[in-house]
Amino acid sequence: MTAAGAARKVAATPIQMLGRSTLAAVRMVGGVGVFAVRGTAAALSPPWFLGQLWRQIVAIGFFSLPVVGLTAIFTGAALALNIFTGGGRFNAEQVMPQIVALGITRELGPVLAALMLAGRASAAIAAEIGAMRATEQIDAMRTLSTDPFRYLVGPRLMAGVLMLPLLTAVADTIGVAGGWLVATRVLDFSSAVYIRNTIDFLQGWDILSGLIKAAVFGFIVALMGCYHGYNAKGGARGVGRATTHAVVSSAILIFASDYLLTTLFTQIAP
Amino acid sequence: MTEAIPKLAWKGVTKRFEGHTVLDGLDLSVAPGKSLVIIGGSGQGKSVTIKTALGLMRPEAGKIELDGNNVVGLWEGARRNLFSRIGVLFQGAALFDSLTVWENVAFRLINADRVPRKEAKERAIEALELVRLAPAVADRFPSELSGGMQKRAGLARAVVAQPEILFFDEPTTGLDPITAAAINELISDLVRRLGSTAVSITHDLASAQTIGDEIAMLHEGRVRWRGSAQDLGKADDPGVRRFVDAARLCPVDLHAREIV
Repeated sequence: MTAAGAARKVAATPIQMLGRSTLAAVRMVGGVGVFAVRGTAAALSPPWFLGQLWRQIVAIGFFSLPVVGLTAIFTGAALALNIFTGGGRFNAEQVMPQIVALGITRELGPVLAALMLAGRASAAIAAEIGAMRATEQIDAMRTLSTDPFRYLVGPRLMAGVLMLPLLTAVADTIGVAGGWLVATRVLDFSSAVYIRNTIDFLQGWDILSGLIKAAVFGFIVALMGCYHGYNAKGGARGVGRATTHAVVSSAILIFASDYLLTTLFTQIAP
Repeated sequence: MTEAIPKLAWKGVTKRFEGHTVLDGLDLSVAPGKSLVIIGGSGQGKSVTIKTALGLMRPEAGKIELDGNNVVGLWEGARRNLFSRIGVLFQGAALFDSLTVWENVAFRLINADRVPRKEAKERAIEALELVRLAPAVADRFPSELSGGMQKRAGLARAVVAQPEILFFDEPTTGLDPITAAAINELISDLVRRLGSTAVSITHDLASAQTIGDEIAMLHEGRVRWRGSAQDLGKADDPGVRRFVDAARLCPVDLHAREIV
């Protein structure tokens, strides 16, 4: 190779790397889109595997209750303390119950429940499906005349969409209770006044918008777990990578979609 | 005189991975009711040959014909119907960890054929007995079975719906010689009993000669030698001779790229 050729090769490397990364990113976005459409079609059209759906509802929903509940109670309690001390700077301590309720139902309840589910369920889904890919179980399923999208992906997407709003409703209740606990036990608020202020202030839309967000986040969490697991390559290392990618991409997409949905909702009902 | 239509035929099949050609215009066929064994070293395209026939990989060129009909590029629904005529034993058995042994064996019956669970369980236990596994094994999970028992359960799953074509991917890999011999006998017996056409891939010459009517040796994505199981030891082809001699010396792991 001539010196000019070598220099050209060195100069081209970062550009090639950029090109490769761009192509990979575009390929992944397209791949996720096609995967989401196939998965949604499988979830919404028969034949349904109801036994699988029930298993996923239990795995994703029921077994996530403790972690979501604990996260919610501590977040509600910390939020109450922060708002009380921060509000004290401009004599606004008394609006603490309302701000806790609003913050939990509109934002923290759905987002924190989704993040907990990303860490717990999305990782588990990616690991399980990734291991099935590595051990040819997905190929075996196809040769047994069963569509893996219907058997594996559809029930998980459905369970994510159905269960995260329920988990969020639980997180909302426990989060507000965490604020109440701190307010009444630590900050000398009256229990009756705290509850009355919370109930009078909250509107149906505050809760509903959080639950709609949760359904979208549930879809994202299940989709990322399924996508990365299904496309895992390279044995145990590939399964580990798929698990990490599932959690990281779920978290990023949760925050990005949270901003988009909040923008949309504040325009619908400010 | 017209030539009989093969049960399964690869015609000029080419498959590449990132510029590397694994199958290079492969021409191969198996007659109805016959058992073809494909041998060859690692990386010579044996697994890819089976996977293209199963539709798990799509070739870049060529046709794969089942009863004279091209099956390359079939849409998913048609492919699923086709799979109802096919049974596969995967290399690691590929049993579903979360299901019991009988649910694994009856997977097709329950999920694709919608057979009631009670009847499916009875048929699964019959299939398990066929591969000499006791009914008590039915309610265990795959992780509770030895490697040989997992292979038998995988075999029961492959034959439970009495398929027309059976594929065996390295059926004796990872098994001790006694268990391997038992699996070979079982496969040979089942294929004969069901009258199915069989395509197997293996490194193991003892296995090839027990379960095969015909043997084809793949090298660099093409058939290098083909003949009856009895003729393998008498083959003149130097590549085949080296492979056979090496397989006798080190039957576990062959790297034919270096040998042939």
